[in-house]
Amino acid sequence: MSKPAALIQWIDERFPLTANWKAHLSEYYAPKNFNFWYYFGSLALLVLVIQVLSGIFLTMHYKPDAALAFGSVEYIMRDVPWGWLVRYIHSTGASMFFIVVYLHMLRGLLYGSYRKPRELIWIFGMLIYLCLMAEAFFGYLLPWGQMSYWGAQVIVNLFAAVPFVGEDLSVWIRGDYVVGDATLNRFFAFHVIAIPLVLIGLVAAHIIALHEVGSNNPDGIDIKKKKDPKTGIPLDGIPFHPYYTVKDIVGVVVFLMVFTIVVFFMPEVGGYFLEYNNFIPADPMKTPPHIAPVWYFTPYYAMLRAVPAMFGSQFPGVIVMGAGVVIFFLLPWLDRGKVRSIRYRGPLFRGWLYVFIVSFVILGWLGVKPTDFLGKVGSTDLEWATLLARIFTIVYFLFFLLMPFYTAIDREQPEPDRVTG
Amino acid sequence: MAQQSTTDGKKRRFLIAATGAVGAVGAAFVATPFLTSMAPSARAKAAGAPVEVDISKLEPGMMVTVEWRGRPVWIIHRTKEMLEILPKASDKVADPESSQPLQPEYAKNTNRSIKPDYMVVVGICSHLGCSPSEKMKIGPESGLGDDWPGGFYCPCHGSKFDLAGRVFKGMPAPVNLTVPPHTYVTDTRLLIGEDKKGA
Amino acid sequence: MKLLERLIAIAALVPTLAFANVEVPLDTAPIDTGDTASLQNGAKLFVNHCLNCHAASHMRYNRLTDLGLTEQQIKDNLMFTTEKIGDHMKVAMSAKDAAKWFGAQPPDLSVIARSRGADWLYTYLRTFYRDDTRATGWNNVAFPNVGMPHVLAELQGELVMEEHKAAEGGEGAHGASHEPPKLVLAQAGSMTLKQYDAAIADLVNYLVYMGEPARNSRVQIGMMTLLFLGVLLVFAYVLKKEYWKDVH
Repeated sequence: MSKPAALIQWIDERFPLTANWKAHLSEYYAPKNFNFWYYFGSLALLVLVIQVLSGIFLTMHYKPDAALAFGSVEYIMRDVPWGWLVRYIHSTGASMFFIVVYLHMLRGLLYGSYRKPRELIWIFGMLIYLCLMAEAFFGYLLPWGQMSYWGAQVIVNLFAAVPFVGEDLSVWIRGDYVVGDATLNRFFAFHVIAIPLVLIGLVAAHIIALHEVGSNNPDGIDIKKKKDPKTGIPLDGIPFHPYYTVKDIVGVVVFLMVFTIVVFFMPEVGGYFLEYNNFIPADPMKTPPHIAPVWYFTPYYAMLRAVPAMFGSQFPGVIVMGAGVVIFFLLPWLDRGKVRSIRYRGPLFRGWLYVFIVSFVILGWLGVKPTDFLGKVGSTDLEWATLLARIFTIVYFLFFLLMPFYTAIDREQPEPDRVTG
Repeated sequence: MAQQSTTDGKKRRFLIAATGAVGAVGAAFVATPFLTSMAPSARAKAAGAPVEVDISKLEPGMMVTVEWRGRPVWIIHRTKEMLEILPKASDKVADPESSQPLQPEYAKNTNRSIKPDYMVVVGICSHLGCSPSEKMKIGPESGLGDDWPGGFYCPCHGSKFDLAGRVFKGMPAPVNLTVPPHTYVTDTRLLIGEDKKGA
Repeated sequence: MKLLERLIAIAALVPTLAFANVEVPLDTAPIDTGDTASLQNGAKLFVNHCLNCHAASHMRYNRLTDLGLTEQQIKDNLMFTTEKIGDHMKVAMSAKDAAKWFGAQPPDLSVIARSRGADWLYTYLRTFYRDDTRATGWNNVAFPNVGMPHVLAELQGELVMEEHKAAEGGEGAHGASHEPPKLVLAQAGSMTLKQYDAAIADLVNYLVYMGEPARNSRVQIGMMTLLFLGVLLVFAYVLKKEYWKDVH
């Protein structure tokens, strides 16, 4: 026996290395018809690694102290050898994470990847999405610029809208009467250790659940139904390794090229990835004239602003915003269609999905803008932007709430027996 | 499914090796900035910048300690008597000729200094990094015996050094104390941490 | 029809983002951070005119070697407040005094170009005008009621606002064709207006550089990285093609 083989045997007797390799890579049979949309899962994993690594190196230089934080970021940008690169990788990575994850989620919507038996994969995925939002929110305070500060101030104040305990709750979250040093310090703890730990655990659960039931595909059909009678291998399945590893490498390189273009040529992306006002140190006495969260939160921010205060409380807006995220969890049970993939869905689901995507994008765009940027409707006090946000918030929720009805009566086409390339 | 007949194993091995090699080069390129970011920053370098010291008021037989790169640097104004005793101590020290490269070329002499009168040395023991205490008095007054030629005594593990920073034989410390780069800006102004311009 | 107009207005607003509150149209700053002569001149203007009140507390003097200067040149020509080349660009004025004299502490300029943008700075530094209603005697088009006096008046001369264009809000609030207020030269300075514009371009160029000293090398390294990834892509693609021959 050759030396490497002997070493592997030695390990296998103590740890299921070969068994895991087979189960998850060389004998994990994935449908052979994955298309463009199927790159984003592995890319999300890549961005996670990028963020963890660049984050570790930033932590070596960053100071979570209200008096020092802003300066320490500039220190990283100027004094630390290559610090600017590490920082831009991390700041760009944050936005890229959401781009990749949004596309990954959209893939799930297109091909019905959340449908039975993949409900848990979807739920783990949604929990990952929630963690990412928390991670992004906590991390955004750390540069301690004006946008960091006021963004955190606004979001923490959302909790103050909770009836009865809200005020105490928001003070408890901040550890102070305003966002301050204590807040920064604890957000740092959440950002660098607490949330990442949960995140990595959830990612593992997401993949384990996926490999238990097998991957969906653009046709939305179950490849395990047609197996080679001799080997028991799905006829439309190919081993993940080497076929999808070599394919994903191509995806990774293309992604890295896009990533490189952002990091090296346009790290601010016109103020969307790094906001201009965040280059002004946090000033608790002065709010910038226009504050907006980073782009990936803006659809929900638009919903928040769209809902008027009721009964003297902002709480309804907060509820609507929260519901906008939470409702995704219910998707596997709201969808009553017989087919998974958009390819065989009827016009109702297709129409609603496109309308939903458009609403999501428009809400995102409205959330970036101040509410008065389109002026007022006629001679009323209602602002156009608010009106639009209300309309699209309603459309957003109707996509989910009406789903049990329109998917049940939709004119679907029959699924093929085998995948269609 | 896989059809072994059309598989060109050689080509595949080549392509894997080639892609792997280019990828490995890429990984090295990525690792470099991350690892380099752990090197001293511009702030550390600025804080460790050369220190200028005025030695016009330093009396013979006295020493002054200045901080350079966070470490004590001793400037000792040696008396005639101290200088005369140095060659006599040569047979008791481990490296009388300063053959170990612990001093700049211009300080590689018996006195281990540019000007014989002024000794400049980093006050960190070459054993385990304690700072030795000053025992400059010659003879029994030092408490280190009648034949003590003046020097330094490390409280941690008892290493002894003479007034040129040379370690005595049989001490825990293996080598002499380090002479930092230094230069005279004027006769009485000493710049520690930098060699002569252009040198 | 009304709705259509709205939609067009919406489309037109898409590219603008951060400086939504600035009403005046900004002039494009003719800057090039690769032009070392311009950066050096900008640095000189900066240390002579700005650094008296504004610090650049994240910028080290020795970083100016980026601009093709030696440490000795920096020490001799650009350093007035400190002797240590590794020091930050600080000001002697205390924050308390500053707040007393100017009503507010003059902001740190290290990253001013990143928060304000080059075009705003270029416009701001060229649109000071005489306004006797202000305590300093100066006002500014890009930054109305600014606390800072026109410290470069000696170079630019004194501008005044043309009478009939006196600032008023009202009508033009959402109109598309908002005429910029017109300034005219009342008293010449030591430079012609053209020379002054060029000097301010250099100064803004320097401020942009100082906002992000790694800027130039970043672009160069980015080119190399893209090139490298291009090579890797070719190999990866051929490898993928080779394996996927198997899949039918």
